[in-house]
Amino acid sequence: MITIDHVSKRYPGGRDALRQVSFTVAKGEMVLLTGHSGAGKTTLLRLVAAIERPTAGTITVGGQNVSRMGNRGIPYLRRNFGLVFQDHKLLHDRSVFENVVLPLRVTGFTAREAASRVRAALDKVGLLARERDNPVTLSGGERQRVCIARAIVHRPAILLADEPTGNLDADNARNIVALLDVFRQVGATILVATHDAEAFSAAAPRVITLSAGAFVA
Amino acid sequence: MTRWLANHARALRDALDRLRHPLIPTALSVIVIGSALALPLLLHLAARNLATLSGQLDAEPQLTLFLDTNATETETEAVARLLARHPAASTVRFVTRAEALADLRTSAGLGGSVDDLGRNPLPDAFVVTGREGDPTGLETLRDEAASWRKVEHAQLDALWARKLAATVRVGRVAALLLASLLGIALTAVTFNTIRLQILGRRDEIELSKLIGATDAFIRRPFLYFGLLLGAGGGLAGLGMVALAVATLNRQLSGALLLLGGVGGFSGPAISDAAAVVGVAAGLGWFGAALSVGRHLRRFEPS
Repeated sequence: MITIDHVSKRYPGGRDALRQVSFTVAKGEMVLLTGHSGAGKTTLLRLVAAIERPTAGTITVGGQNVSRMGNRGIPYLRRNFGLVFQDHKLLHDRSVFENVVLPLRVTGFTAREAASRVRAALDKVGLLARERDNPVTLSGGERQRVCIARAIVHRPAILLADEPTGNLDADNARNIVALLDVFRQVGATILVATHDAEAFSAAAPRVITLSAGAFVA
Repeated sequence: MTRWLANHARALRDALDRLRHPLIPTALSVIVIGSALALPLLLHLAARNLATLSGQLDAEPQLTLFLDTNATETETEAVARLLARHPAASTVRFVTRAEALADLRTSAGLGGSVDDLGRNPLPDAFVVTGREGDPTGLETLRDEAASWRKVEHAQLDALWARKLAATVRVGRVAALLLASLLGIALTAVTFNTIRLQILGRRDEIELSKLIGATDAFIRRPFLYFGLLLGAGGGLAGLGMVALAVATLNRQLSGALLLLGGVGGFSGPAISDAAAVVGVAAGLGWFGAALSVGRHLRRFEPS
């Protein structure tokens, strides 16, 4: 599903964020990218989501060469992804419902179908009762669940999650991992960047460790 | 097609929401645009009304030579010959004192008073029109004719009407120039308003890009916003002009009646109003397109 082939990323100034990293993620697989801060986990996710381009190497997603994709194709590529951010990226001038419905608006769902899908997604993450609330009234764990609802509402083939359990207590972290595992079980491919592989042990994912931008194990 | 229409309908709704929230800055922008449009529109209307006025008046300059009441037929013929030879005279019409009296009796409604005079006090006269494209010719002729034998008085009429017509032409050009300048101002106002909108929605734009929104999808509500802002400004401008015209007519109704029976200062026609709103909406759209094109590129997801 995702192939990373000898991918390197060098930032202006000469710092190497990734060096010759190669691995594949099969359809329906959950893979953890672990390592210390600055290991290149987030950079790798950003390259897969075509937020940045690799300096060298090839990234293929579902047969498409992401690293050589033209700018016009990138929005359509990103519609195949569900993105979960450590900082949630929720819009605080919108309700929970309005936040979750955004990917469906982008892809042109009718209002009725979108409402139905948003409620189903919020139900899955246990926040249906909070659909009218503003995200600022939610706890950190609840915000992360809203973020996950937004990531899955359009039923993407691939979930990219950057530190989804960061800053959460053990209970909330466990709930998030359980949610991600449910999506994996229904066929989603999940790539997670985390410094806390222990929190994901219940889902028994494959773990890839990076150190200073290089593949370790 | 349905999806395309739904996308546009959603963008339009979004733009309407952005106009309403927050309302006060939007209202201020609309007033600024309206004022910018009202100024050239008022000038255009003033020029049009003056043109109508000058059209109702006899704008063709005429020189009237009044002869001495004691002038003999031979002396009158001598003046006629001088006029016929003069290069500034295009047409010459002789009005006898009897014809002048009859005209006074009928057209001015002074029949009773004229009859009371007992005799005809009016002189014979020549009415001369000048040649096209020679505005100063009649003035020269007037100066010369004043010294001719048996010419009592030379009077040049309607020159002021010609000057008025020239003023109207200048006014129209000024209105066009002002409209062009203020059109640029309207575009600049929309450009800046959209810039502020984009800055205020930076998070939303970045997120939208991350979840697969195309540039067209992000750009569309801003374009509709510019279009609606311009159209709103156009309507506001029309409202201001209508108010100004009504006030002007109330204040100047007496004076306008004196000027050739003009009933009042006419406001913009429906075609004028449609043009103002259409052009304002177009400029709003253009300003928005410039602004979005320039500022949206800077917001890449981080």
